[in-house]
Amino acid sequence: MSQSPHHKSFTARLRAHKIFGGIKPAVYKADALRSRVMPAPLPGNLVLPLLQHQGQPAMAVVEVGQAVLKYQVLAMGNGPLSVPVHAPTSGVITAIADSAVPGFGAQVQRCIHLQADGLDTAAELQPCLDYRALSHLQLLALIDAAGICGLGGAGFPTAEKLRVSIEQGVELLIINAAECEPYISADESLIRERADRVVSGAEILQSVCLAKRCVIAIEKDKADAIEALSTALQDSSIELLVLNSKFPTGGERQIIQAVTGFEVPRGLLPVDAGILVQNAGTAYAVHNAIVEGKPCISRITTLTGSPLQTPKNFEALIGTPVSFLFEMCGIDKSQHTGTIMGGSLMGIELDSDEVPLIKTTNCLLAKSTGEFPDPAPEQACIRCGYCADVCPARLLPQQLYAFSRSEDLDQLEEHGLADCIECGACAYVCPSHIPLVQYYRASKQAIAERDRQFQTSKQWQSRFQFHQYRLKKETTKALDKKLPGAEKTTANEPAQPFSRDQARDEIAAAVRRVAARHSNRTAPSSAKDKAKDKDRH
Amino acid sequence: MYPLIDTIYVQVISGSLVLLLAAHLGLKIWQALLRQRLLQRSLLERINRLLPQTQCGQCGYEGCLPYAREICRGDAINKCPPGGPETIVRLAALMHRPVEPLNPAHGQVKPFAVAVIREAECIGCTKCIQACPVDAIIGGPKLMHTVIEQECTGCDLCVEPCPVDCIDMISRAWGNPVIWLLPSSGVGVRQQLDTAV
Ligand code: SF4
Ligand code: SF4
Ligand code: SF4
Repeated sequence: MSQSPHHKSFTARLRAHKIFGGIKPAVYKADALRSRVMPAPLPGNLVLPLLQHQGQPAMAVVEVGQAVLKYQVLAMGNGPLSVPVHAPTSGVITAIADSAVPGFGAQVQRCIHLQADGLDTAAELQPCLDYRALSHLQLLALIDAAGICGLGGAGFPTAEKLRVSIEQGVELLIINAAECEPYISADESLIRERADRVVSGAEILQSVCLAKRCVIAIEKDKADAIEALSTALQDSSIELLVLNSKFPTGGERQIIQAVTGFEVPRGLLPVDAGILVQNAGTAYAVHNAIVEGKPCISRITTLTGSPLQTPKNFEALIGTPVSFLFEMCGIDKSQHTGTIMGGSLMGIELDSDEVPLIKTTNCLLAKSTGEFPDPAPEQACIRCGYCADVCPARLLPQQLYAFSRSEDLDQLEEHGLADCIECGACAYVCPSHIPLVQYYRASKQAIAERDRQFQTSKQWQSRFQFHQYRLKKETTKALDKKLPGAEKTTANEPAQPFSRDQARDEIAAAVRRVAARHSNRTAPSSAKDKAKDKDRH
Repeated sequence: MYPLIDTIYVQVISGSLVLLLAAHLGLKIWQALLRQRLLQRSLLERINRLLPQTQCGQCGYEGCLPYAREICRGDAINKCPPGGPETIVRLAALMHRPVEPLNPAHGQVKPFAVAVIREAECIGCTKCIQACPVDAIIGGPKLMHTVIEQECTGCDLCVEPCPVDCIDMISRAWGNPVIWLLPSSGVGVRQQLDTAV
């Protein structure tokens, strides 16, 4: 176990702390919370992207035309930052091809297409009746095999996060049930109805990462869920902490601040301070994976927005088309103007509804002009500073905005653009209606691109240097061979029988010849050589 | 007796003082020289970082680093076609020189492309291997040759030596697709570019 010097111990009684900045937007969760979580019907075709998480895509292990059973592995993890994909239902693989996936703009990725046979024949599961009988590493392997990634939206492979936590040692495990986005109620409805299983998942997670303390943190406006949790937690060592409602309390660093009062310093990860944060939905998936043996093939997702007649939380199979789910909620197409995956503040606009639901889809928000009018035109920044007051990352959004506009990437880095969590609080309060987050996303992309280019050119440069070094070495070797007396020595041994000065002269001459050859080649006169070459061949 | 001691003392003290002074001066000079060299070196490195590292030699030198060295010594900054106007603007800013258009004597700005050998036609003459400045071609005498796409800088140098003309330059997207656009057209590098070139 290698502990970071920033490791903290959390022994004091926990209480709700204030987070820095943040906003209190109006909440629109009631519509979807009116009904219970419903299992979504089985769609005819499912599309399963190989990359639904942060990291490397999984590796398909099935072939086109193959019949598969529900829960069968379709793609295996390919390295630590890759999670497997399982068949959500039984059917036939119709294609393994590139198709549209949810993401920024129109994105295409390698996907497994599965045609459901409607029978839903399941492969045999191996439930684990008492997880305490297994060691934490065995549990970790089971979580890894179940294809779980952070279901709160970020999608980081859960097993990898746990592995790092075990390595560095964690004191505190926080189960994040804050769910601060105004439209999302997936975790809330999950906890309201299945709190016992979330708690069981939290207990498993705690025994895997060996955290001394575990706390479930939830915002105070979710009364039903809090009640369900306190009942489920009655004889458990896990604590419940009710937080103040504020956006973005659900951010990883923000919830740490809200629970412990401690801000993870810039440049460090929560695990460096001995904290692990997992989402409530992830805990539920872990319970399913261990106790019931079920891999991650479905998730609870919120379908909401005014074009939907019956907004609700669906337990939908991964791979279900978004348009199919909207149909199930009775979408009024005339009102529907667009779809956001994720919440209204941090979500991303989908290009089309013909994309599948993936593991990180916690909400699908159908937009209408009534609820989401076209944004007001962007005005000049008046330097009111409202944005800096609400930025939970303690950045200066107005400065970042100015540097984004002038494309000053160095200054953007200096001012901590990398720490921006793209929460959208700054854009929400901006009286000039500046789409600040889009500026930051464009700039982050530009920085990544610049760094990539720099890496490439560095590689080219080092290969060029090696090439020159190689030429030099080969010329000297060739020279050694020609020299009288050098026949005795093999090519690998340095030639002895002449003075250093002589050798230096020879090398210099050789380098000059190479240089001459090089400059000849670049000059147009070498067309002649080429003609000569052609004759020869 | 005393005067003798005095003189010895005076001599020793003044002598060591002079020595100390000389040592101090030497140290200062040495430091200054070092700083100068470091500065020059860092300037060279900064220039080199701005060059695209295509190693095509169109600037008239053997590669990007030699050209960077010449820019340090006062050569023109507009001789690099693969870098294009962006590189010129950046070099101009670094060197405090005016932005100039690319010198057409050194070539035109072309979209990024990589070399691809039509393998069926390759006769295995190894000429392209000898031309490639970054050793991006694999093959041997009388064997089929091929280009490692990731390593190819698109310098064009292998196209000409090929006796059977079986190397094509195929354009490739340079970098990842742009997903997020700046809501405004910025007033930074890009606008300077439009006005300058
Ligand atoms: S809130 Fe908007 S107008 Fe005010 S300082 Fe920030 S960016 Fe400028
Ligand atoms: S989007 Fe970024 S800059 Fe704006 S408030 Fe959130 S963290 Fe701060
Ligand atoms: S393969 Fe050809 S174009 Fe590519 S770097 Fe080598 S010589 Fe240049």
